[in-house]
Amino acid sequence: MTKMIATRNAYGDTLKELGEINKDIVVLDADLSGSTKTSVFAKAFPERFINVGIAEQNLMGTAAGLAAAGKIPFASSFAMFATGRAFEIIRNSICYPKLNVKIAATHAGLTVGEDGATHQALEDISIMRSLPNIIVLSPADAVETRQCIMKAVEHNGPVYIRLGRAKVPVIFDHDYEFEIGKGVELRAGTDIAIIGTGVMVERAILASEKLAEEGIAARVINMASIKPIDKDIIIKAAKETKGIITVEEHSIIGGLGSAVAEVVSESHPAKVLRIGTMDTFGESGDGFQLLEKYGLSVDNIVKKAKEIL
Amino acid sequence: MELQQVANEIRKSIIRMLEKSKSGHPGGSLSAVEIMTALYFKEMNIDPSNPKWEERDRFVLSKGHGTPVLYGTLAERGFFPKKELDSFRKIDSMLQGHPDMKYTPGVDMTTGSLGQGLAAANGMALAGKLDNKEYRVYAMIGDGESQEGIIWEALMLSAHYKLDNLTVFLDYNGLQIDGKVKDVMNIEPIDEKYRSFGWHIIKIDGHSFEEISKAIEEAKKTKGKPTMIIANTVKGKGISYMENQAGWHGKAPSPEEAKIALEELEVGKND
Repeated sequence: MTKMIATRNAYGDTLKELGEINKDIVVLDADLSGSTKTSVFAKAFPERFINVGIAEQNLMGTAAGLAAAGKIPFASSFAMFATGRAFEIIRNSICYPKLNVKIAATHAGLTVGEDGATHQALEDISIMRSLPNIIVLSPADAVETRQCIMKAVEHNGPVYIRLGRAKVPVIFDHDYEFEIGKGVELRAGTDIAIIGTGVMVERAILASEKLAEEGIAARVINMASIKPIDKDIIIKAAKETKGIITVEEHSIIGGLGSAVAEVVSESHPAKVLRIGTMDTFGESGDGFQLLEKYGLSVDNIVKKAKEIL
Repeated sequence: MELQQVANEIRKSIIRMLEKSKSGHPGGSLSAVEIMTALYFKEMNIDPSNPKWEERDRFVLSKGHGTPVLYGTLAERGFFPKKELDSFRKIDSMLQGHPDMKYTPGVDMTTGSLGQGLAAANGMALAGKLDNKEYRVYAMIGDGESQEGIIWEALMLSAHYKLDNLTVFLDYNGLQIDGKVKDVMNIEPIDEKYRSFGWHIIKIDGHSFEEISKAIEEAKKTKGKPTMIIANTVKGKGISYMENQAGWHGKAPSPEEAKIALEELEVGKND
């Protein structure tokens, strides 16, 4: 049976692991450490953990100052508040001076579930992607999350890492190595290409299996590095298949779908269908039932694939 | 040079800079000249030839529109040549409209969007504590700026984490763009607010070198809490027609006005 681990749990564990090795790592949270899993780091290194209280602007501003003084701060909150409430501090105090702050935001997307629309960030990729100097990562599972955190520490500059609340299947083997700016082909195919990110990668794989039963060979690409994006793998898909479907637990405006469409339209025009939330807010409910309701389903991917063909 | 003479030179730089750039903020720069002079010429442990020196004291101008006084002070202290001031706010200049740590030697934090600098100063002070460093962190906030929510988030944090290596000046000149602070959005009783937030409070005349230095000494001796020096100042200080005029918050003097201002400063020097 596939192992199920939430990416936020992988984040907490990796932070603790790296905290042992790198004493410059400090972690900040805004009263959500139990949920974001920075509590794992806090327990191991209480002196390097700073709770700023429920104050996301201050979370980012303080992190900026720590980075200016040579630290490697990880600032965590829910994606909604980290990128929404604190946007302008991220822009002016972190991205503009290119300070070495890592923003690891959990509870992104509909799979937040029962807390409802106020807590379901469906815009964070779009918001963060529009800022210069920042790297935007959206790992698909626990293994890739660990890799993303490690690569974020190696990179000198701002990084946004989008994480989820819900347990998701582990897709990658333990020896998988993630590279910033690179996508990964998970399934070969030349009929269509499905490019997914985050929790939707597993669904892309399941869709490709369903399509295979009908004799349709769907290429599946995992795109954890949303900025910089892997242009080569996208252009190759545009050239070698009849069209691209993007799938993300995010608005179709400004996220992965937009990023892929930008590359394709400028380099090798091809049909791109975007699956994501259709310019709408979410609602309360079981996270995975919400994915079905809002069209982020295996069946919808299959349906869109057939539309292209 | 006596501190008063240095301050006078910085005021002249401010006027010349603004006249040349035809844009910028004179009022809140002139109100802060004595504090900046005292910090950079007497109190702070810095090395202009090594602006990124790790052990240096830090300064964050949270009221970032005060770039004229910051740049005037840094140039006077030798962080970069004074002739650079002529390029203030112009294209390709190292002197951006608001402080920029990437462009300008001696600028410790990029600021300009109000309120954010104080949070960054907290971060620096926290880092100093974590590393057991001796350096001190100074910041300056404005009275109008104190209307920003993040200021109060940051004030809470400095006290909570007992950042006694942090000293903040409130440049209390009483004016903001739209008028008197007390009319736009009253911040009083500001001393009681800071005190209730866990800060050590010192009130001074922000144009008295003696009081500024005494306050900084007291801040250094204050353990277990950050210090807020409430510096009563005059917006536009030193230029008769600018003093206490909200209209001079963000307006550059014309060549004629600059000439009058510089003449006044020449007279002031002989006082």
